[in-house]
Amino acid sequence: MKKAEEIFAEAKGLIERAADPAAIEELRIRYLGKKGEVTQILKGMGQLAPEERKEFGMKVNRIKADVEGLIEDKKRGFEQAGRSLRLAAEKIDVTEPGRDVPAGTKHMITITIDEISGIFMNMGYSVTEGPEVETVFHNFDALNAAPNHPSRELTDTFYITENTLLRTQTSPVQVRTLLSQAPPVKVVSPGRCFRTDTPDATHSPMFHQIEGLLVDEGVRMTDLKGTLDLFAKRMFGEGVRTKFRPHFFPFTEPSAEMDMSCFVCGGEDPSCRVCKGSGWIEILGCGMVHPNVLKVGGIDTERYTGFAFGMGVERIAMLKHGIDDIRLFYENDLRFVQQFYG
Amino acid sequence: MFVPLSWLDRYIDGGVRERDYAERFILSGSNIEQVHVTGGDEIRGVVLGKLLDVRPHPDSDHLVICAADVGAASEAGRPLQIVTGASNVKTGQYVPVVMHGGVCAGGLKIKKGKLRGEMSEGMLCSAQELGFDDKVVPLMHKDGIWILPEEFRRDELIGADVLEVLGLRGAETIEFEITPNRPDCLSVLGIAREFAAVYDRKLLYPETLERNGADAGYPAEPAAEDFIRVEIAKPELCGRYIARVATDIVIKESPWPMQRSLMLAGMRPINNIVDITNFVMLELGHPIHAFDIRQIEGGVIRVDTAADGERFVTLDGQERTLFSDTLMIKDGVKAVAAAGIMGGLNSEIREDTATILIEAASFDADCVRRTSKKLGIRSEASARYEKGVPAELSRLASDRVCALIRETGAGRVLAGAADAYPVRTTPPAIPVRTARVNAVLGTDIAEEEMKGFLRRLEMVVSGAAEAGVFEVTPPYVRLDVKEEIDVVEEVARIYGYDVLDTTIHADTILASASKSWTSRDLARAALTGYGLSEIQTYSFVAPAGAALIGAGEDPAKTDFVRLINPLGEENSVMRTTLLPGMLAVLAHNFNHSSANAEIFEIGNTFHSLGENALPREELSLCLGIYGERGDFFFVKAVIEKLFAKLGIKEPLWEAEENDPSYHPGRCARVFAPADEPILIGTVGEIHPDTAARFDIDSRIFAAELSFDKIAELADTRRAYTPLRRYPAVLRDLALLAAEETTVFQIESVVRAKGGGILESVRLFDVYRGKQVPEGKKSLAFNLTFRGRDRTLTDEEVAKAIQKILKGLEEEAGAILRDS
Repeated sequence: MKKAEEIFAEAKGLIERAADPAAIEELRIRYLGKKGEVTQILKGMGQLAPEERKEFGMKVNRIKADVEGLIEDKKRGFEQAGRSLRLAAEKIDVTEPGRDVPAGTKHMITITIDEISGIFMNMGYSVTEGPEVETVFHNFDALNAAPNHPSRELTDTFYITENTLLRTQTSPVQVRTLLSQAPPVKVVSPGRCFRTDTPDATHSPMFHQIEGLLVDEGVRMTDLKGTLDLFAKRMFGEGVRTKFRPHFFPFTEPSAEMDMSCFVCGGEDPSCRVCKGSGWIEILGCGMVHPNVLKVGGIDTERYTGFAFGMGVERIAMLKHGIDDIRLFYENDLRFVQQFYG
Repeated sequence: MFVPLSWLDRYIDGGVRERDYAERFILSGSNIEQVHVTGGDEIRGVVLGKLLDVRPHPDSDHLVICAADVGAASEAGRPLQIVTGASNVKTGQYVPVVMHGGVCAGGLKIKKGKLRGEMSEGMLCSAQELGFDDKVVPLMHKDGIWILPEEFRRDELIGADVLEVLGLRGAETIEFEITPNRPDCLSVLGIAREFAAVYDRKLLYPETLERNGADAGYPAEPAAEDFIRVEIAKPELCGRYIARVATDIVIKESPWPMQRSLMLAGMRPINNIVDITNFVMLELGHPIHAFDIRQIEGGVIRVDTAADGERFVTLDGQERTLFSDTLMIKDGVKAVAAAGIMGGLNSEIREDTATILIEAASFDADCVRRTSKKLGIRSEASARYEKGVPAELSRLASDRVCALIRETGAGRVLAGAADAYPVRTTPPAIPVRTARVNAVLGTDIAEEEMKGFLRRLEMVVSGAAEAGVFEVTPPYVRLDVKEEIDVVEEVARIYGYDVLDTTIHADTILASASKSWTSRDLARAALTGYGLSEIQTYSFVAPAGAALIGAGEDPAKTDFVRLINPLGEENSVMRTTLLPGMLAVLAHNFNHSSANAEIFEIGNTFHSLGENALPREELSLCLGIYGERGDFFFVKAVIEKLFAKLGIKEPLWEAEENDPSYHPGRCARVFAPADEPILIGTVGEIHPDTAARFDIDSRIFAAELSFDKIAELADTRRAYTPLRRYPAVLRDLALLAAEETTVFQIESVVRAKGGGILESVRLFDVYRGKQVPEGKKSLAFNLTFRGRDRTLTDEEVAKAIQKILKGLEEEAGAILRDS
């Protein structure tokens, strides 16, 4: 019978030279299996004198553990080598195209309305809406429009009956709000509007506006300026400046139009497509709510004052994204719609 | 409103010298659309020439050869030979000559060359070639060379720069945007009043003799009253009528300065009398009409309405049928003008007119607007009357016409005026509180400063009994200033909007949005997340759309809210359904070779509640899909996911075979929630006939749901369900069922019989074909059992399965496939 040390030396050499996991398994059986050589030595220990057994047993067990260790190390080595091979074989070309993930987009009008109303909601304005088919009272009379105002004509406004029409502006929502709610009132109101314009690159018989209204004690024209200036900066960038020009709207007095410094060229480019070289872009109409409008809502005009503003959603979207034809919004060509992912 | 700078200049003491007029003027509300320059630098080498000879071209019937004396401008020191095709040239005329190398308006460069064999050393040019619009060029020169007016038929001017001579070099005309509340600014004087106020300058009124003392300078006998008297039968429609008379009229071309003013302001010179009336209209904003007095019978002007159906020929030669509310100017026998709109052919100024009656009147704005619309005539006069012409202005306008007739030698003005002024209007005295002005504006302007601003606008300011209050009387032309708030705006305009601070109102109001709004937000986020894109289509549609989706007989879809005045049939009714719009958009994309389309729209539909009520507006959600993922069960999954997202529990699906828009075997109505189901909408594959009507050669899947109901049911509150800790027992059941038996029926039985330990049931396979008898189908389900508070035993599960199988056999006719 071989001595334990001889077995270890032999096993060590064979393990080191083993070529593959199968050979290692064979060696494990040969040395450590039930009939393995190391196992056999341990079994033969019974023949030894009791006083020798302890020492011999410790020695053989140590050898057994060492052989086990050698086998495990070798096995792990084979596993690592195998994994590396597999990983190498699994290499991909990362420049191949990504698999298609369906990604839908909101409509540009929705995106713009969300952005504008979001800015005002952050300033405490609630969103409120009104009907698209309106009464003459809400759309004109209550907004202080003169009985003979040209915008009331069939040539400007779509009528359903003598007393109902497609609203020409979102301002009637002001009236509905003032009739239903006591001050303070702080709302923005987005929605569809209609005017009898034949469609072309800059006109659409249907378009969207966002109206804003603040009525409270001590609301001043300087607040109107500050609020809308802040809006312009949030919407178009901190660098834009605003300019207010007197204008006329029947439902506000004093009334103004707000121009914004050109966010594209900053007034530097005489051939700028956006501001046409003027450096300024007309952006919205606004003013202090006319006392006659507040009175419709039964509001004490001595105690409360307010401001209102309104802007065209398509116009702002077109300016902001460089869209040159308003008809694109309603053609719904997916090549257009899906440009505004996100 | 086009205002030549040279014209504006006359009314400003010291002239318009501010080169920054644009900026500050704009900031005061007179918005400048554009500044037009006539006779700009690009026009070069055009001199005044005299035609010494005009002779026929030997080789052409329509060309002539002219000898044009251009004096020192000619390098050769001799007259130029110029060939022209114009037919209005004659020897002795003075004309603009473009020299060799000269440039006309629009950049046309002139070079000498031969025309049909004859040398042409330059070009004779038209007014258009010097930069005037066709519509302002006097008719006699419109189609030919500009024959220069009398003032320039002087030999010492030969060879001079023609634009310099005519006073047109770099002539600026400012185009103002006039808001509808400011008809006073539809006049050069009105703009001048604004200018004077903004720059704090003195306004110079135009010259009239009367301003220096009544009737000064006009012969006393005979007087206008000897020729004419005025009767106003309808004082509510005509507040004032002034008639003046001028005799010894000689109709001719107006003096050049007047022609120039008119042309630069966009108006064509006609003759001296017409030009004066137009000049005064543009100068003061007050229309003027002139009649040939020979045609005024009975020595009377009567302002009265017409008889219904009465006929009248206006001076454009058209016969008009009048209405009982048409205000007319009549003489003793007949009508001679439609008041404020257009004169009659029977009394127009002719070449031989010798005595004229000059009308300066104030007509009711609404009356003129109504009549102008009914008769279909819009004139410069009616456009101004429609916006309001104050009666007080009539006197100045009348006097001004007379002054110009005298000044230009057009005739002899008689003293006196037949002035009927039945209702005198006086501008209001408006009490204004200094504190209120400052409170609205957010300013701290001193009372005296405010008063100063208002005086600059020709407002009369006086003190009042109370401290801090003063009274403001606007000039009579300012019809828009009626109450305190109007005065607030005037103060702000002159103070300067740009000078106002920027502040933010301090409040503690919090933002909110309706449930409908937030639900739409969530729905859009969910649907775009599933890969669908949003579209928006018009609210007004073609009524034929209902028939296109096969719903032409469906009252709910054809009881339209109709427009009285649509742009066209295709936009003439409010939509009752989003489906036709959806299909049209799918068709557009299909025909623009989009392989796939997965889209949705959320928008209002309109449902009539009768003539006298606003329609019911209901938000609808429409889905439309074709292409790779186009499948009934994809649309169904999208809807189920959306409902889950909005917290709407367990929608129910029911086959719908009778909706004509959809495939009869692939359509469902969806109800929710399961415990109290209401109809939400319809989902299905679009009927091939419908698809064909939209020209789409593909299967289309669509759904239309009531978004109002979805929003109402939406509940985004979420309660936590404790996780079940005990192990699940999974069992698969392969069942054989009749073809008509629905998965829903089977699932219902399984759920009912499975008891509390059945956690879920899920169909995973449907098989028809080999080994499945005809008329049957095989359905395979995964069943998951799990105890809430214990580990289930095999016996318990087996018992439940037995109960389920028994129920299936008895209630749904389905049996285990393997048995």
